[in-house]
Amino acid sequence: MTAPAEVEVERPAGESRAEEERPWIVIVWNDPINLMSYVTFVFQKLFGYSLEKATQLMLQVHHEGKAVVSGGTREKAEHDVARLHAHGLWATMRQD
Amino acid sequence: MRFPAVERTPAGEFRLRLSGEERRLLRELPGSLRSLLDDEPRDPSLRRLFPPAYEADEDAEAEYRALVRDELLEGRRAALATLERTAESEVLAEEELHAWLGALNDLRLVLGTRLGVTEETYVEELDPADPRAHELAVYGYLTWLQDELVSAAADVFPSP
Repeated sequence: MTAPAEVEVERPAGESRAEEERPWIVIVWNDPINLMSYVTFVFQKLFGYSLEKATQLMLQVHHEGKAVVSGGTREKAEHDVARLHAHGLWATMRQD
Repeated sequence: MRFPAVERTPAGEFRLRLSGEERRLLRELPGSLRSLLDDEPRDPSLRRLFPPAYEADEDAEAEYRALVRDELLEGRRAALATLERTAESEVLAEEELHAWLGALNDLRLVLGTRLGVTEETYVEELDPADPRAHELAVYGYLTWLQDELVSAAADVFPSP
């Protein structure tokens, strides 16, 4: 009769671990001030993206209002958001 | 046709071709933004310099602010100081060029927020009677110069 009890105890812990490990995504939002050329430049500089990939992400921000530009652990996402903020981009993060 | 305002030299520096009037403006603008940061840190025109990282989690957002706000402020002040110090330079090192990019973008974010700029704001067609005409002209100039700086800076990245 102990086995089911163990399962009961373990499951929430397992779920909470999975919750913590669920990856975070970093989103850049469109704004009327930042230049298209500058946004492309920042994506290349911060993330090492090719001109093609950086341009594609910039156009997605411009046309669709937002784009996911990076992601990973919470620490990495927060680091990337802070770097984007330092460069004047409107970035937020959330769990995927 | 004018020469490019900003051009990468073979030595990897950046040559500036700017008039005395442009340089005077670039030397004066950092001080006005610094005063705003010092005296009125809650001014609404500054909000784009410190956007929220977490939209729906107030606790996480407060932690994020506590962690990065000083660092962001320090970086912005350093870039403004570099622009002020090198406004008369003929040639910029790459680091200085990046500081110019950051400072110009911050100035545009604050000015653009104050002016309520939209993607449809045509700064080319200024109405001299508009009380915002001077600030719109400055905004338009900074936009043009920033685009020139980006073109020169992006030359550094390897071509595909």
